[in-house]
Amino acid sequence: MNNVNGSVVGSSSGSGDGSAPRRNSKRPKYSRFTQQELPACKPILTPKWVISVFTLIGVVFVPIGIASLMASNDVVEIVDRYDNVCVPPNMTNDKVAYIQNNATDKTCIRTLEVVPKHMSQPIYVYYQLDNFYQNHRRYVKSRNDAQLRKRSQANETSGCDPEKRTIDGAPIVPCGLIAWSLFNDTYIFAIGNKNLTVNKKGISWKSDRDHKFGKDVFPKNFQSGPLIGGAKLNATKPLSEQEDLIVWMRTAALPTFRKLYGRIEQDLNAGDVISVTLKNNYNTYSFSGKKKLVLSTSSWLGGKNDFLGIAYLAVGGLCFFLAVAFTIVYLVKPRKLGDPSYLSWNRNPAGH
Amino acid sequence: MADGERTAFGDLLRPIADPPVRPDLISLSASATAAASAAVDPPHGSRAEADRLGASLKELADADARVVFVGDPGRTDPGLALPGNAVRTAKYSFLTFIPRNLFEQFRRLAYVYFLAIAVLNQLPQLAVFGRGASVLPLAFVLLVTAVKDAYEDWRRHRSDLVENGRAAPVLDPAGSGQFQPRRWKDLRVGEVIKVLADESIPCDMVLLATSDPTGVAYVQTINLDGESNLKTRYAKQETMSRLPSISAGSVTTLIRCETPNRNIYGFHANLEVDGKRVSLGASNIILRGCELKNTAWAIGVAVYTGNETKVMLNSSGATSKRSRLETHMNRETLLLSAILITLCSAVSICNGIWLAIHRDELELSQYFRKRDYSGGDEKYYNYYGIAMQVFFIFLMAVIVFQIMIPISLYISMELVRLGQAYFMIRDKNLYDESSNSRFQCRALNINEDLGQIRYVFSDKTGTLTENKMVFQCASIRGIDYSEGKDPSPNGSDVYCVVVGDQFWRPKMLVKTDPKLVRLLRSEGETQEGKHARDFFLALAACNTIVPLIVGTPDPKQKLIDYQGESPDEQALVYAAAAYGYVLIERTSGHIVIDVLGDRQRFNVLGLHEFDSDRKRMSVIIGCPDRTVRLFVKGADSSMFGVLEKSIDLDIIRATETNLHAYSSVGLRTLVVGMRELSRNDFEEWQSTYEKASTALYGRGSLLRAVASSVENNLQILGASGIEDKLQQGVPEAIESLRQAGIRVWVLTGDKQETAISIGYSCKLLTSEMTHIVINSNSEASCRKSLEDAIAISSKFVTISSRAQNTITGSGSARVPLALIIDGTSLVHILETELEEKLFKIATVCDVVLCCRVAPLQKAGIVALIKKRTEDMTLAIGDGANDVSMIQMADVGIGISGQEGRQAVMASDFAMGQFRFLVPLLLVHGHWNYQRIAYMILYNFYRNAVFVFIMFWYVLYTAYTLTTAITEWSSVLYSVLYTALPTVVVGILDKDLSRRTLLEYPKLYGNGQREESYNLKLFILTMMDAIWQSLVVFFIPYMAYRDTTVDGSSLGDLWTLAVVTLVNIHLAMDVFRWNWITHLSIWGSIAVAVMCVILIDSMWFLPGYWAIYHIMKTGLFWLCLLGIFAAGMIPRFTMKALAEYFMLNDIQISRELEKFGNFNDFTGTEISMSTFSQTHPGFIR
Repeated sequence: MNNVNGSVVGSSSGSGDGSAPRRNSKRPKYSRFTQQELPACKPILTPKWVISVFTLIGVVFVPIGIASLMASNDVVEIVDRYDNVCVPPNMTNDKVAYIQNNATDKTCIRTLEVVPKHMSQPIYVYYQLDNFYQNHRRYVKSRNDAQLRKRSQANETSGCDPEKRTIDGAPIVPCGLIAWSLFNDTYIFAIGNKNLTVNKKGISWKSDRDHKFGKDVFPKNFQSGPLIGGAKLNATKPLSEQEDLIVWMRTAALPTFRKLYGRIEQDLNAGDVISVTLKNNYNTYSFSGKKKLVLSTSSWLGGKNDFLGIAYLAVGGLCFFLAVAFTIVYLVKPRKLGDPSYLSWNRNPAGH
Repeated sequence: MADGERTAFGDLLRPIADPPVRPDLISLSASATAAASAAVDPPHGSRAEADRLGASLKELADADARVVFVGDPGRTDPGLALPGNAVRTAKYSFLTFIPRNLFEQFRRLAYVYFLAIAVLNQLPQLAVFGRGASVLPLAFVLLVTAVKDAYEDWRRHRSDLVENGRAAPVLDPAGSGQFQPRRWKDLRVGEVIKVLADESIPCDMVLLATSDPTGVAYVQTINLDGESNLKTRYAKQETMSRLPSISAGSVTTLIRCETPNRNIYGFHANLEVDGKRVSLGASNIILRGCELKNTAWAIGVAVYTGNETKVMLNSSGATSKRSRLETHMNRETLLLSAILITLCSAVSICNGIWLAIHRDELELSQYFRKRDYSGGDEKYYNYYGIAMQVFFIFLMAVIVFQIMIPISLYISMELVRLGQAYFMIRDKNLYDESSNSRFQCRALNINEDLGQIRYVFSDKTGTLTENKMVFQCASIRGIDYSEGKDPSPNGSDVYCVVVGDQFWRPKMLVKTDPKLVRLLRSEGETQEGKHARDFFLALAACNTIVPLIVGTPDPKQKLIDYQGESPDEQALVYAAAAYGYVLIERTSGHIVIDVLGDRQRFNVLGLHEFDSDRKRMSVIIGCPDRTVRLFVKGADSSMFGVLEKSIDLDIIRATETNLHAYSSVGLRTLVVGMRELSRNDFEEWQSTYEKASTALYGRGSLLRAVASSVENNLQILGASGIEDKLQQGVPEAIESLRQAGIRVWVLTGDKQETAISIGYSCKLLTSEMTHIVINSNSEASCRKSLEDAIAISSKFVTISSRAQNTITGSGSARVPLALIIDGTSLVHILETELEEKLFKIATVCDVVLCCRVAPLQKAGIVALIKKRTEDMTLAIGDGANDVSMIQMADVGIGISGQEGRQAVMASDFAMGQFRFLVPLLLVHGHWNYQRIAYMILYNFYRNAVFVFIMFWYVLYTAYTLTTAITEWSSVLYSVLYTALPTVVVGILDKDLSRRTLLEYPKLYGNGQREESYNLKLFILTMMDAIWQSLVVFFIPYMAYRDTTVDGSSLGDLWTLAVVTLVNIHLAMDVFRWNWITHLSIWGSIAVAVMCVILIDSMWFLPGYWAIYHIMKTGLFWLCLLGIFAAGMIPRFTMKALAEYFMLNDIQISRELEKFGNFNDFTGTEISMSTFSQTHPGFIR
């Protein structure tokens, strides 16, 4: 019978001859695996280990912290917020109306703070937006990667709501809120009378240019709706060459973010005064976002940020402290490891 | 009938015998009652009992009886309403597999939760994940389970196919009298089937004829109840003689039988042939699953077929219990749900507030764009007002944070338990050589309960003892013969029967008392010699043993193997044989006994089977000297009532003294009596006997009445003492369990003296213990003795509580208490308000010994503890009488031993020996508990970290539930990135070695005190999870603030950070690193990295190539390194502190394991060698 467990084999009750050879013994075969006796290492946190681990972390982290701080210190960064000042005084009460009016001239001239230290090239030019939720759920989803890649898929606009098609129903290329909201302030830098060239080539990822944005995909019906979100695109340039768009479409992780605008490929000297002629086109007034212009050199660690250095110093310092603390503790209250007299039933035998 | 006895046992048995017992339990409880008494044989009792119950419960009215026309299936079942003989153990068919399997799986509440979430996600407004990603994990889990189920079912299908395709010869219904082969599945009720020797019986059949002229057939029921001995079944003479006419169809024969039921020991029917009515009982039916043995052929008529056969009705699957840990886990799951709901509410409320604040900006802000202009009518785009928005966000949050409740935990737990079961089954220390049986895991979901047991309820016979009865001594007419000496191993002085040129000798050797042997062989008619001869004649004749002659390699020598249903009877017959009274042949009408070389034939005129009311059996024998004698044997309590006291009073007294001596050394005793029947007596008896045995209703009770009327005024012949040998290693095992803080209670059907003596021999009772004995037969006296007992115990307890401040464990300073209570008292105590008192007294006692308990009382005692405490209970037993207890306890263990497989079938685990309990609980139980406990905590932690990381990010996305981590990574996180190591660790990790755990049984307290899984640990773990999530989130957040970093890159950093961190966390907690652990942990990290790279190589995903870019920056690596250090420091510090200062036994023992050599070397404490000597069975 298959369903009734008939595993008892052979042994009749009262049989005295257990010595007879059994044909199909069920004795489990011995192996270190089945007996759970695989060779194994049994780490135990002995005082030696604990102190060494803490010391090691300390030894590694403190130098890294110092190096990070130094790297961050070497970075020269000039930040200039201009959204609030680049509005004509008579329009400060209604900045949105100002920015939405296509007729007004949006040119604004800013003088940046004096270059504090020598800045060696390349100097990265970023624009920074505060409070712009490029990671907003409605926003990040509103794109279609297939359409960007292939010309034949221009009609593929799923997910691009609410910037899918024009009122006539023609597909928008590139569709979606992200493309629609492309940043469109422009900057021209000069020291004295001499203009600084800003190289806008190669500011996007090569992988994006080569594989994500098609060489034969051209903007179509773009920015033709009643509400203009941002920049217009040159319809004669393929998307793979529209590097501002490519940069913009790498949506930022956090609501305050920078985007690469270009590179100034010449050194700036300490004391240089840079003036910027900018077009304040992009509407951040409607959601009280800030716009900043950033010039920064870079180090092996990236931009200016002391956090990591401080964090590493703190962790390293803490570990040193813990190493010392544990050493003291182990010395003050030594305990013999693996002493059976510490077992609970040996420690307080019932009744004494 | 002695009235005193009747009331005492009647009361005792009442709870069992009363009709409200569920019909399917009747056989169990009935046979159990029988086994409960010391000197009895279960199946006999059960059969008689079942007959009686069958009669009282079921009236064989035509309405519910099945009428079978022998040889005429068409008339029997004209509408083809009865099932065919095809059996179907498979659950599913090709078509029903998917719906039924899904239905079965979705009975798990957790799956419904995940399904609901997957469905929610399909709504366009709520679509957080892509369709595929949201359904994948659930689909995966369902698929794995479905594949497993399908495979198992396929195997069942195959075996069904084999089973159904076997052929059996069937009588041609046309009346030709020929048998033609037919496949089993085509057999129908009413068909006449022939079974040949050593063939399986295809369906339940009533015997019509057998090759034996007297109609005897022997069957082996090993597949049915596991009993390997042969059972005798009889064809009725009425059908034997009419077989040709029945075959030819010229006589209408019909059988009226009860409807199909599960009772394998009962059958109630009558047969009508030629207008004559004959009643049929359980001895006239052979059941599917049995094999015909020692009988050339048997012909029977099918009465129950296919799924209506008794074996199929009895094949219920393993019981499903839920482990303690899982119950606790559900509590924590509820807590997690509360956290989940809090998180979701927080997000949705924040989102509402955010929307309210920015209400005016939403129209124009580029990232929100409230309106859709493309239609021309400027309708809202995906915006339904703040209230709806809040509601949707809440639901979306549930979808995003769903893995807070870890779905993978359920599948991991199943895998881990499977792995643990594998190792338990494969453990060579749990393999029993003598029965060639491995450990069996019948329930797969309570492995970890084995690590938390506080009470063990053990049966005695067959569990503590081997249930291999050996005759030790006899008291004949008051004279004790116990100077037995062992037979020499070569068997030279063993008594043999000479048959032709062959020597037949009994298979089992028994030691004999030379004095008694001399007495038996002495010539001349001494009174003593005559009594001794009568005594052994009674032993050889008064039984139901069937002798089988088995060949040996030596053609001149044959062995006589006594097959019978009661080990006690076997022992007695072997003893009689050793003294020269060799039973060599049994048919239904006579027996042949070789009396000291002289072969004599005795007619068996009547047999009163054993039943648990009378507690004795008797035979009426027609002797060669034409006298008719009644031989009776039975329990002393029942026999003394029916002895003729007037003549042999001093002999009875002397016998009683001997009996007392026997039982005090742990022997099982039986008293044998005899009466010579006068012709009148005999004829009177014969007429009532025949009337009773053909009665249709209440046959059992009528027969019992006949038996009682004749069994009186007996002359005492003597008494026997049978040893029930202790199993190997029992005292050591009990000592280990006791040290482990487990209370061992023994519940036995034996009488008090026997129970106490066994208690001493297995070290359960020790001489320094104070015994509290409760033997009362009324409620009032029970109350009084309980109150006295409480007074005594409280005196001891106050002494001890002053001396001892730990709650568990029996201190050495304390006087240990033992409670001994009998079944009669329990009748008055259980299920009354006295229970509370019993509980109070029993829990302060170190040892509780219950004797003379009935099966349902065993369950009652288990329930006594289970109802009042949180403590885990374990019941272990081997017989049908233990079934109720095994099912009642949290963990039921069946011993696959001598008494059949009923206990095994009802158990959660089955094994061969009692002593395996020690490695099972102390080693495997401890490991299982520790592993599963850690795994659950870790799974909670692992998923919580992930959810919290996502939650922190949501705070920076205007509460819109964007995830930086790609949806594929969040789906694969708990399924692929981190799943394998927990399973591997859950199966393989060992905190301590087998050796240490056995050496220090007290380490078992870890599980009893729930030290590896409790609310405190859960909260600590959750706090750690929150800290680690903060570290994982905020280090990159701060480092990448105000940079050009894009969401995908940061998401990849978070993914890799969290995956590596949780794996490092696990790595830090692993006790033993073997190559599998290394492979799974480091492999998982590698797999995660590869998956992230792979996902970022998909051009159609927004995160295309992000990982390649971010991995090139130093910041990325520094962030990772910083996260690992900062995330782990608190845990590492706490761990180091706790391990050094908290003085946890497990930790100390681990150190001892690692540095133990050093200790031995310096000569302190414990020497290992002494311990391995005391436990030769476990430590290898």
